[in-house]
Amino acid sequence: MEIRYAKTHEWAGKDGDLYVCGLSEYAQDKVGDVVFVELPESGAEVEQNAPFGVIESVKAANDLFSPLNGVVAEINSALEDEPELVNSSPLKDGWICKIKSDDQSFSALMSEDEYKEFLKGQDE
Amino acid sequence: MLKTAVNSFHREQNARMVEYAGWDMPLFYAMGATEEHRLVRRSAGLFDVSHMGRFRIKGSGSASFLDYLITSDVRSLKIGQSGYGLLLNRDGGIIDDIFLYHTGPEDYILVVNASNLNKDLDWLNEHKSAYDVTVTDESPETSLFALQGPRVLPVLEILTGQNLQDEWDRFGIREFLFEDIPFLAGRTGYTGEDGVEIFVSNDKALALWKSLLEKFSLHCEIAPCGLASRDSLRFEPGFPLYGHEMNESILPPQALLKWACYLESDFIGKEALMALLEKGLETKLITLSLIEKGVPREGYEVLSKEGEVIGQVVSGLYAPTVDKYCANAFVPVAFAKAGTELQVSLRGQPKMAVVEKRPLYKPVYR
Repeated sequence: MEIRYAKTHEWAGKDGDLYVCGLSEYAQDKVGDVVFVELPESGAEVEQNAPFGVIESVKAANDLFSPLNGVVAEINSALEDEPELVNSSPLKDGWICKIKSDDQSFSALMSEDEYKEFLKGQDE
Repeated sequence: MLKTAVNSFHREQNARMVEYAGWDMPLFYAMGATEEHRLVRRSAGLFDVSHMGRFRIKGSGSASFLDYLITSDVRSLKIGQSGYGLLLNRDGGIIDDIFLYHTGPEDYILVVNASNLNKDLDWLNEHKSAYDVTVTDESPETSLFALQGPRVLPVLEILTGQNLQDEWDRFGIREFLFEDIPFLAGRTGYTGEDGVEIFVSNDKALALWKSLLEKFSLHCEIAPCGLASRDSLRFEPGFPLYGHEMNESILPPQALLKWACYLESDFIGKEALMALLEKGLETKLITLSLIEKGVPREGYEVLSKEGEVIGQVVSGLYAPTVDKYCANAFVPVAFAKAGTELQVSLRGQPKMAVVEKRPLYKPVYR
């Protein structure tokens, strides 16, 4: 599955006719232990780069931004009881939601290599 | 930014570092704050708390001076004992919460919060002229570590060959020589677990820090722990944190700290305190937990069940040992009873909450 990244550290990848989204490995490490995820609602219309949820770590609440334009088709309800999945498996079991989206907003995201390059500037 | 004597260790371990009261301090290490919390509850954790202030108070007037400034029963503190107390302003508001160590005849160490160090030092200096005392800030020369958890005393017994669990009282002070490093330790701490707080000179601090981690690891699980787990560990047993449950406009009974005030002695702020006790409290500190999930954060509004704003969250977090999303808040006394249903507004969304019986976690030594 090709995964692409937003500057706000969410990822998206094509999964059948939907896009699955989550928080990047880098971002989950940065925020530390995730203790609660406020998920978007199923059926909600979301807009690329607009807040669509909140990730709560031990010390702070951080907005989650939608990586894509579209409609939320499915949410990862496992995160309600196990928010720590975002830390332990950010690209797999810790996915946030699935979005029905067009390919255009997906193409607008960074490739994995571009994201790696982007991260080099983040810690300086 | 100020750096403690063991800063290089935190950096080498890739701890997440944050600025706290002007200091470069570890927030958490690789295992994460939640696991650090659990480790301290089940075994042992080592905290660098060298950012806290340490003042040496000496002289024939030291007991009288401290008795006048501190709310607790300073005169009953024997040499070799330590105790918790408060510094109040004239209006009874809390300037700081402190730990006082009686280290010798006419000799005390006062441990204060990092964020209040300069304010406290000014306050002490402002009042010392009537007494034969010297006040010295020894914070720059010494380090302070907190070694906390149920395995700390048993392992310290093995490592030192001394009988400590039975012979060392809670709040007692002892001198140790460990791996040729001399240090002073109090059987104190702020996590709800048994443990010790260690004073060591800066030149030996890093060696002692590494040695404690290494030697303890031969006998129990141990890891360095950061400020985040320190916060959740102090929250569960109901220990207040300055700037959250305490500030200069909060009086001790409102913060449930009347127990730290010895009303037989005369201390600054006592008149205001007595006046409040006479009049009765209008607001006081509560601990609540959310019935629905979400994290109540500092500054969030607390509402009555009917939706009227009645207070604000002063500390809020996920409490790992009790596995609940909890907060401390000041509310009118009518809403303070355990079991009272409330709401907390989480970014505009009201969530059901209930007032908890305190403490959420009973300190093991009580």
